[in-house]
Amino acid sequence: MRKYAKNINLILGSLILFVFLGMMVVSFFYTPYDVNSMDIPNKLQEPSSKHIFGTDEFGRDIFSRILKGSQTAFIVGALTVTIGVFFGVLIGGIAGYVGGWIDEIFMRFMDALMAFPGIILALMLVAVFGPGIINTSIALGIIAIPSIARVTRSGFVQQKEAEYVTASKLIGVQSYKIMFKHILPNISSQIIVAASIAFAIAMLAEAALSYLGLGVQPPDPSWGRMLKDAQAYLIASPWYTYAPGGAITLLVLGLYLLSNAIRDMMDPRSNS
Amino acid sequence: MPNKEVLLKVSNLKTYFPVKVPFRIGKRSVLKAVDDISLNLYKGETLGIVGESGSGKSTLGRTILKLVEPTDGEIIFEGQHLEKLKSKALQVHRNQMQMIFQDPFGSLNPRMRIEKIIEEPIKMHTTLTKSERKKRVVELIEKVGLSEEALKKLPHEFSGGQRQRIGIARALAINPKLIIADEPVSALDVSIQSQVLNLLLDLQDEFELTYLFISHDLSVIKHISDRVAVMYLGRIVEIATKDSLYANPLHPYTKALLSAIPVVNFDQKREEIPITGELPSPVDPPVGCAFHQRCPFAMEKCKQNRPLLKEVNDQQQVACFLYEEKEKKENTVSSMVQV
Repeated sequence: MRKYAKNINLILGSLILFVFLGMMVVSFFYTPYDVNSMDIPNKLQEPSSKHIFGTDEFGRDIFSRILKGSQTAFIVGALTVTIGVFFGVLIGGIAGYVGGWIDEIFMRFMDALMAFPGIILALMLVAVFGPGIINTSIALGIIAIPSIARVTRSGFVQQKEAEYVTASKLIGVQSYKIMFKHILPNISSQIIVAASIAFAIAMLAEAALSYLGLGVQPPDPSWGRMLKDAQAYLIASPWYTYAPGGAITLLVLGLYLLSNAIRDMMDPRSNS
Repeated sequence: MPNKEVLLKVSNLKTYFPVKVPFRIGKRSVLKAVDDISLNLYKGETLGIVGESGSGKSTLGRTILKLVEPTDGEIIFEGQHLEKLKSKALQVHRNQMQMIFQDPFGSLNPRMRIEKIIEEPIKMHTTLTKSERKKRVVELIEKVGLSEEALKKLPHEFSGGQRQRIGIARALAINPKLIIADEPVSALDVSIQSQVLNLLLDLQDEFELTYLFISHDLSVIKHISDRVAVMYLGRIVEIATKDSLYANPLHPYTKALLSAIPVVNFDQKREEIPITGELPSPVDPPVGCAFHQRCPFAMEKCKQNRPLLKEVNDQQQVACFLYEEKEKKENTVSSMVQV
């Protein structure tokens, strides 16, 4: 326990993540003000005891919208990671375990996907399939596949030579069982780290896409879109940018800290 | 030998691996890990395979189990040709053959409980119910000298010797006839080695197992084997019953190996055979006898022709021209006498 207590990354990272997760859960039942109700006379107010983060250009409570926006962030993040991990593990696992020309084909395809700047590819996909939470997540999920596939592949390449795999082959265990029942649990920590980084990248990318007007569509609150809207009032009411910008930064920071901490904890060299 | 029923027959087995030659595009060499090996394994015996690292002894074991595809030759197990069989058809016969691995830390899945590890082969190949399987697993773990409590633990909670026992329990799970033990004790402390070896001997008596025991350790081989085959660079240079091999080694390489065992008694004078140089690369093995570059008795003939395994007496076969020469001389003498 003492070893974990020393780990500042773990404490800070999980603290931040839990605060945001808590915010998201609360936002399903309660927000201080209605998220979409406008109050034009009270627009662009400074933070006060009534509106702790102030109000936006339509007089909506920014704090409520940040709370609600965390739902979007987590939904996009979770969906992206689900898609990325599912296909990434499948592709990387098959490439690493089977090897040979299948490995070459799969991984060169992943390289090609990786060669695109992520945001450009996401823009392209969203332009084709239309904006919205689901489409954004699918686009970001596709972008997340190569990095997870690479991590998975290297893990499989390493593990498939282990003698416990040979022992299972000798018994006649089917390849898919060896891959997913025997090898996968042994590289889960690497995949968890890759997935938590993908989660952070997905949130950033969602904010960026929404900022460009292609992600989540109004009136659904999204931190990226809020940041974009705030840009127009940067001189007159700078505090408008603080809340969404801070939320994005903090959550991404928390996720990175946590993924670092998980990596350190799972690393056998640092463990024993 | 109690009975001379052949369980496994290997003839002219070759396992070659292609290797890329750096800086020479298009040129490929072959690594001859197992180079034309023939041997018989009789029911109930232990055949020790001894040789230095790189001599191809592990590859031989793996090729027999078809974990590595043979390049050429035959593997006949209980009268069945295995060399051409694939997946399912192969598995039926392979269930009769299991392996014990060298590395007790790598051979057990670190994320699986012992119970699951031992249960897996039973689940795959029998129709036992869950409670029957459980009973069998408990029986197995007790057979190898561990308690039932061990079943709920993970591999990292055990010592090397205990893990090796678990590996043995897994190998025994579906009642194999042949066990290929690939350096099963070389990773263990000497005190633990003898425990594991004696366990293997006890189990052999109880389940009428046949062992192919691979090791580089001559004293381990002496302890466990009935017959011993000495490998050098992918070939068997001498195969003999344990007693005659250790008492009267014939091949110069075997002599050199045995003379390298340290002795406690200094008064006992021994013939020491020095060998110089390194094991040649199996990628480009020497023409003729693989050992001729290091052999103190090398003749001109050894550089050109490869000696084949020949029976010298009813207990010993050796691949060396020294003995063929003798035989020939005797033959010519006897033929002259006849004339």
